[in-house]
Amino acid sequence: MFQILEKKELNPNVTRMVFEAPFIAKKAKAGQFVIFRVDEEGERVPLTIADADAEKGTITLIFQIVGRSTMKLNALNAGDAISDLVGPLGLATEIPEGAKKICVIGGGVGCAIAYPQAKAAHLAGLEVDVIAGFRNKDIVILEDEFRKVCDELILCTDDGSYGVKGFVTNALEERIQAGCQYDCVIAIGPIPMMKFVSEVTRKYGIKTIVSLNPIMVDGTGMCGGCRVTVGGKIRYACVEGPDFDGHEVDFDELMHRNGVFKEREAECRMMKLADKA
Amino acid sequence: MPNMSQTKVPIPEQDPKVRARNFEEVTLGYTKEMALEEASRCLNCKNMPCVSGCPVGVQIPVFIKKITENDFEGAYNVIHATSSLPAVCGRVCPQERQCESKCVRGIKGEPVGIGRLERFAADTHMVQDNTVIEKPVSNGHKVAVVGAGPSGLTCAGDLARLGYEVTVFEALHKAGGVLMYGIPEFRLPKDIVQKEVENLKNLGVTIMTNMVIGKVLSIDELMADGFEAVFVGSGAGLPRFMGIEGEALVGVCSANEYLTRINLMKGYKEGYDTPVLKSKAVAVVGGGNVAMDAARSALRMGAEHVYIVYRRSMEEMPARREEVHHAKEEGVEFLNLNNPVKLLGDENGRVRAAVLQRMELGEPDASGRRSPVPVEGSEYELAVDTVIMAIGTSPNPLIRTTTEGLEANKRGCLVVDESMHTTKEGVYAGGDAVTGAATVILAMGAGKSAAKSIDEYLKQKA
Ligand SMILES: Cc1cc2nc3c(=O)[nH]c(=O)nc-3n(C[C@H](O)[C@H](O)[C@H](O)COP(=O)(O)OP(=O)(O)OC[C@H]3O[C@@H](n4cnc5c(N)ncnc54)[C@H](O)[C@@H]3O)c2cc1C
Ligand SMILES: Cc1cc2nc3c(=O)[nH]c(=O)nc-3n(C[C@H](O)[C@H](O)[C@H](O)COP(=O)(O)OP(=O)(O)OC[C@H]3O[C@@H](n4cnc5c(N)ncnc54)[C@H](O)[C@@H]3O)c2cc1C
Ligand code: FES
Repeated sequence: MFQILEKKELNPNVTRMVFEAPFIAKKAKAGQFVIFRVDEEGERVPLTIADADAEKGTITLIFQIVGRSTMKLNALNAGDAISDLVGPLGLATEIPEGAKKICVIGGGVGCAIAYPQAKAAHLAGLEVDVIAGFRNKDIVILEDEFRKVCDELILCTDDGSYGVKGFVTNALEERIQAGCQYDCVIAIGPIPMMKFVSEVTRKYGIKTIVSLNPIMVDGTGMCGGCRVTVGGKIRYACVEGPDFDGHEVDFDELMHRNGVFKEREAECRMMKLADKA
Repeated sequence: MPNMSQTKVPIPEQDPKVRARNFEEVTLGYTKEMALEEASRCLNCKNMPCVSGCPVGVQIPVFIKKITENDFEGAYNVIHATSSLPAVCGRVCPQERQCESKCVRGIKGEPVGIGRLERFAADTHMVQDNTVIEKPVSNGHKVAVVGAGPSGLTCAGDLARLGYEVTVFEALHKAGGVLMYGIPEFRLPKDIVQKEVENLKNLGVTIMTNMVIGKVLSIDELMADGFEAVFVGSGAGLPRFMGIEGEALVGVCSANEYLTRINLMKGYKEGYDTPVLKSKAVAVVGGGNVAMDAARSALRMGAEHVYIVYRRSMEEMPARREEVHHAKEEGVEFLNLNNPVKLLGDENGRVRAAVLQRMELGEPDASGRRSPVPVEGSEYELAVDTVIMAIGTSPNPLIRTTTEGLEANKRGCLVVDESMHTTKEGVYAGGDAVTGAATVILAMGAGKSAAKSIDEYLKQKA
């Protein structure tokens, strides 16, 4: 069993939890993830390690409440425990050799995944700009955390209720045109966002790393469910990723594949809502 | 006077129509009377040809004799002396290619039902068993086992009985390997597997699940941590795909994914969260046990049509005969000498058909099997909404790529010598990780010999 030590609501749909997981905490690197299972009936669900403290033996997960498993997890509190937590899985993010200045872009809950990457780059002595995008002011997360690990933070909201109005792609393009020389862009968020960021950077020839979120089961290379097409080749995101070259990823295919259990997921959400009512 | 009936005593089975829609065990096992009758067909041959067909040398005529004497516990003990998993092997061994293929009774009629009798002895033991397993006195030496499949569990059990302090590290959340995630409940009830795991715990074996070796801890770290020897039984779990167009379509998956969702995650059961594809027409590509298990599971999940698409003929199918027979009875449709060349999708990226090409048998290849040759211009479309790939697996590279000094061959299988020792001091390996996808009994046998070697190695070192 893995105990929840802290729980904090970051916005009505996003929660941060700190878990006791000494083995994972010791090894976790930015870009890696865990798979959790709440209980005996639970599904195996991946979440990025947002932070790890090797000394205290804890890891932090930040998740958006979207369906059955994240609802189940969110129903638990500090002091409760979940039955399984396995990791660290996947490869750590590799910032290209010799990069001096990078731009980390997060979209929505993708910011939770982008945060450890910005932090790692910052600690490695790189110049880090962060562009964080949200639909509106009410769901902004991790603002203070980002400020501590970057040189410049650009917050965007779709409706302009906070920070700059517009999408992260506009903000990125503006900065590039204003003369910012990025050696690498790391983009993490909804699939369309990562796709459009990659299209922008392709124009300018900037190396772009995206973190993919295909549906996973085991996370060890055993099921092939997480396969994505990158540069025309099948790659297993759980062991060869989750980071890949954004200019080579087949985003449309990933979008289709992630919809495989759509009907079942919608059913689950309806049932949960009915339970609440 | 032996019973000279030319056929095996039939084993009770669930009706095919009924069982094709449930996950309960298909074969129900012999009653005492049936077992006594079948056991009396054994001629108790002096030279014991059947034993030469058993990869671990179970003393078959000896245990069958015990059954005829009504000494069922004695029969169990004879089997258990060389096999750690009788209840499992009685159910899943390819007996028709092993022990039963050498049975003298098979020359004229059917061989003795050795597998059925093994299962009877094991099940009878399990029901009556109330012996309290005692933890042996520790000899103070620590051994790590990576992977809780049949090879790892067997190695752990044998070492624990010798007094070693054994810790098993398993990547998944449950111990059992393929026995838990691959082979379905209707063929191998999971309670049987978990009973074996419980027995190990009672022997003092520590089982740590959720531990992916190579990620959370490396083999070198295990050794630095005080484990004096390591056994790697990590299996051959990496699924292959065909590399044809359309394999990334929604509705196309590996048999491992399909079966894991159903068996390990219990996706077929009410109340469990893991979703499983809902299918009307399913093509399963392949002709082995894995393909049969996927096809029969698909029927049980409610599919109206399930096809086995296999590029060779019926005779070349590597699956256990019984599984093919059961699959046919249950309504699986066999498209032999057919091979998919392309998968077609609809506008939403979902698979809607498989393009199959007919094959014919050419000259025998290196393995002695006649190799299939495509018939030009014979392509046709088979309408399906699910395609399950069961065309083989290979060892996961995770351990060999994170362990310096551990060599593998071209196929990714770990290299070992006759004592199951790898190319790295103190590290042993066995099972599918060494042989590539094989059988439960071979994996179990490998775990046994490795335990023996590890014991010798550590005694010598001390
Ligand atoms: C490597 C990786 C890291 C991730 N990190 C984070 C993170 O840090 N924070 C966060 O909020 N989300 C993260 N996700 C996404 C998260 O896994 C899904 O939101 C979660 O699985 C939803 O499960 P559910 O049962 O609550 O919702 P459901 O209603 O079941 O599903 C909602 C959507 O989530 C996806 N999904 C469902 N099941 C799985 C599964 N088993 N594996 C992967 N995706 C699935 C599907 O696209 C689905 O449409 C990550 C995904 C991956 C692959
Ligand atoms: C669907 C299916 C049906 C089959 N049917 C039959 C049959 O009828 N008869 C028969 O004889 N054989 C059958 N087989 C084959 C048989 O199951 C295998 O040969 C046997 O299980 C191999 O045992 P093993 O111990 O080597 O590996 P496995 O059973 O594969 O176990 C390996 C274990 O190691 C774990 N592991 C892997 N990597 C790591 C790591 N890095 N760290 C920690 N743990 C790790 C895995 O999660 C797994 O639990 C079937 C196989 C499948 C897939
Ligand atoms: S999640 Fe199963 S292979 Fe990647």
